[in-house]
Amino acid sequence: MTSATLAPEKLATPKTPKSLLGRKNAIVGIGWFILAILLKGRSTLPLNRSSLTSVQESLTNLSDAIDRNRNSNPFFLNVINKIRSSINAFVNLLQDAISQGSATRAVPQIGWLGVVAVIGLAVAVFASARAALLAVVGFVTLGLLGLWQESMDTLALTLAAVVLALLIGIPLGVLAGLYPRFEKLITPILDFAQVMPTFVYLTPVTLFFLIGPASATIVTLIYAIPPALRITTVAIRGVPWSTVEAAVSMGSTRWQALRKVQLPQAKRTIVVGINQTIMAALAMVTIAALIDAPGLGLVVVKALETLDVGRSFKAGLAIVIMAVVLDRSTTAAAERVQKDSMQQQTTAQKFGVASKWIGLLLTLVAIYISNIYLWASQFPGSGILGLKVASIADSSTGWIQLHLVNVTNGITDLFSYGLLNPIQSLLVNAPWYTTAAAIFVIGYLLKGFRLALIVVVCVATILISGLWSDSMVTLASTLVAALITVVLGIVVGTWVGRSLPVDRVLRPILDAGQVMPAFVYLVPFLGLFGATRFTAIMAAVVYASPAAIKLVADGVRGVPESITEAAISAGSNTWQLITKVQLPSARRAIALAINQGLIYVLAMVVVGGLVGAGGLGYLVVAGFSQENLKGKGLAAGVAIVMLGILIDRITQAIADRRDVHAKAVAT
Amino acid sequence: MVRKGAKRTSLVLLIAAASLVLAACGGAKVSSTSSAAASSSTSTPACGTFNLAVNPWVGYEADAAVVAYVAQTKLGCNVVKKNLSEEISWQGFATGEVDAILENWGHADLTKKYITEQKVAQDAGPTGNQGIIGWYVDPWLAQKYPDILDYKNLNKYASMFKTSESGSKGAFLDGDPSYVTNDEAIIKNLGLNFKVVYTGSEAALITAFRNGETQKKPVIGYFYEPQWFLSEVPLKHVALPPYTPGCDADPKTVACDYPPYPLNKVVSTKFATSGSPAYNLVKNFNWTNDDQNEVAKYIAQDKMTDDQAAKKWVDANPDKVAAWLAG
Repeated sequence: MTSATLAPEKLATPKTPKSLLGRKNAIVGIGWFILAILLKGRSTLPLNRSSLTSVQESLTNLSDAIDRNRNSNPFFLNVINKIRSSINAFVNLLQDAISQGSATRAVPQIGWLGVVAVIGLAVAVFASARAALLAVVGFVTLGLLGLWQESMDTLALTLAAVVLALLIGIPLGVLAGLYPRFEKLITPILDFAQVMPTFVYLTPVTLFFLIGPASATIVTLIYAIPPALRITTVAIRGVPWSTVEAAVSMGSTRWQALRKVQLPQAKRTIVVGINQTIMAALAMVTIAALIDAPGLGLVVVKALETLDVGRSFKAGLAIVIMAVVLDRSTTAAAERVQKDSMQQQTTAQKFGVASKWIGLLLTLVAIYISNIYLWASQFPGSGILGLKVASIADSSTGWIQLHLVNVTNGITDLFSYGLLNPIQSLLVNAPWYTTAAAIFVIGYLLKGFRLALIVVVCVATILISGLWSDSMVTLASTLVAALITVVLGIVVGTWVGRSLPVDRVLRPILDAGQVMPAFVYLVPFLGLFGATRFTAIMAAVVYASPAAIKLVADGVRGVPESITEAAISAGSNTWQLITKVQLPSARRAIALAINQGLIYVLAMVVVGGLVGAGGLGYLVVAGFSQENLKGKGLAAGVAIVMLGILIDRITQAIADRRDVHAKAVAT
Repeated sequence: MVRKGAKRTSLVLLIAAASLVLAACGGAKVSSTSSAAASSSTSTPACGTFNLAVNPWVGYEADAAVVAYVAQTKLGCNVVKKNLSEEISWQGFATGEVDAILENWGHADLTKKYITEQKVAQDAGPTGNQGIIGWYVDPWLAQKYPDILDYKNLNKYASMFKTSESGSKGAFLDGDPSYVTNDEAIIKNLGLNFKVVYTGSEAALITAFRNGETQKKPVIGYFYEPQWFLSEVPLKHVALPPYTPGCDADPKTVACDYPPYPLNKVVSTKFATSGSPAYNLVKNFNWTNDDQNEVAKYIAQDKMTDDQAAKKWVDANPDKVAAWLAG
């Protein structure tokens, strides 16, 4: 067996229609490039910062009209008020329990000891003892950082949002899993909910749901429901249809088949969905702070006002700790669910029952004590650890800024002049119709009229929004950021995937990159790279590359051992093994990493607008803070969503085509 | 084996439980400490709840810290601070969620919408602070090139300000998009060889000026006073053609400096007619730029909490506070 047969696509490409499609795409690309240079500067549709198109003005007027009629529509008012007051009551209940005092008590009902005990018990019962230990250590660290109450406020809001997101997302997800037509109907809505920048709807949400916990929860819900829903749909789809049919033929009703067959089998994947929902909810912590949601996010936002890196890092670290604890716990719970369903061990069950009761007793005692005694209620100490962490963060960023600034300025200029400026000038100066036509043809070549139609809708919407030129600015930065992300993803991902010790060391860092609010590292990044598009690109890379690295690592690890062993015995060296066997076999994962990398990068467009990236992100921020730019900000938000859908559908189509292609060649 | 493990775990847990119960016997009880807080909030029905918007900059935070501290300690109000952007704060007048804004920078559009049209808010007089908006450079630059402080000489230095973001022109930095800026028009109408680079946030703008000063890098941009950063790096004001009333009327032809902003307070109509003593406090609240800078410095540089900073200033200025509380 030679290594050549292990990497089939490295063979001379046979002239199948599939590979011709790739060539056609390349021809379209070259054609666009030539036209873009020939017609440079024509029909580029630029728009001044302060100018408004009639569409943008009417969007502003529309939101004003809703504003005016808000109090005169009784039905609307009743429904909204009901929703608001019940969410408020729910959040207040949780806050009274763990974070805030009430009218009659200066401290919450359950103090830190009780909360730690409850978390420890819950994780031990539903997940594993190891995860429980991590949870207890993590939560105690929150207290040692001097951020116990802020952490509990964040936990209360996150819990409320997650519970509601699951209550809404799981049933709808099951529905979408059962009825593909329903799924098609809600997919664009989910796309909007996930990609539309929160800044765009922050103001309207506070208009309807007022300033308070309800608005913060709803803002979080909009972002957290889609993962719960989508993963549930995938889970239900994943159950083989034959088992459902078997159940129905045995006399079950459709409802019984769902309850007894599909849901239990989909359980593990649904728990993964819960995990993703929690992460999504935590990602909104700082944004919700902009409308007065209490907790860790508010500490970060306040620290940004005085550029206090230490304080914001401390709070960011607390968010990371909470995220890691919740992530590991739910992941362990998912593994537990799988194990339990595979083998029903009666001995293990008994083992659980004995200590469960004692654990419960212990927890009740802890809750009681934390309700009564001050030392168990308010976390003792003054957060010395927090002060240490803050001063270390302060001094190290100060040192880095002082000593590395020449290097980082050089990097900024290298990327800006060498890569970003040429790409941006090409995209911005190309006539809109050549770019639109090129994307249309590529869409058609990849997936026929269906994708071409999506391209038409997205491009038309961007044109109507009046922000073509700004969209191209954003697209240029997005492409460069995605390029860096994918390179990092493949290089580091391969490294992580091939070595478990590396994985162990890097994984917490990757988690931190994904969960640490961007506001925390904006100030150091601004110090290093200046208020430039490159700062925005770096922020996006920090956020997006962990996901790409993890996906590639999973792909590399997923390569069957038999194949790698065969390659090694055939005399492949490490480099050959990676390039000829592991990466090609992880092709699907890499395609997914590219897709997700781009989407994650796009999620940071607004943050980029805060540090000098201009483009659509800046317009969204401006729309959030200036009354007469509201409509323009909304239009920019829609344009970001359209870019997101375009990028997502096209990269997915490329990945699918590669798959089909590879299969065709392999057989 | 499993059984043995279970027993050991149970034992450990039991011991832990026992020690917890023992530990619980000592220590202060919650109920004894909470009574003080509970009584202070119930003993003052006259003031009630005072919803104070806190906009995201330190000067405002200083205003809010002092007013909230006085309202709490002298009037016994239950002050609820709400951390909000300017637009959402104004919107709060309409929804009844906000009683007062303490430092308002112009905002003709919001004034028109909420005071003139919806009549849910009203002007509560000046804060005594003068807002100055304009073009600024770092002090080292002003020292090295003194004539840079006149706009007429800016073109001479334009190439010095070139960055990767500004193409062939000099970069002029704009910050937080909360304010309407005329910089694009001013640059065009004065024929300056600069391009506006939108940094998008105050943090980005301050970092740029801070780096400019420490690394001796030329930076020019939009800034404003009062601002805590000026006590760290005293930026120098670049003179534009002086402001005359009406010179900024048409946003396309504007070629003059920004008007001075007498900062004012805005309250909800509901709050103004409620008879709350907090309303009188807000109406009477008035201090100088130096006062505000002092409290802002306590918060931003000395890292005091709002209440600590407010207490320090209030204790040192009893007569000013007394004047706010009178009538």
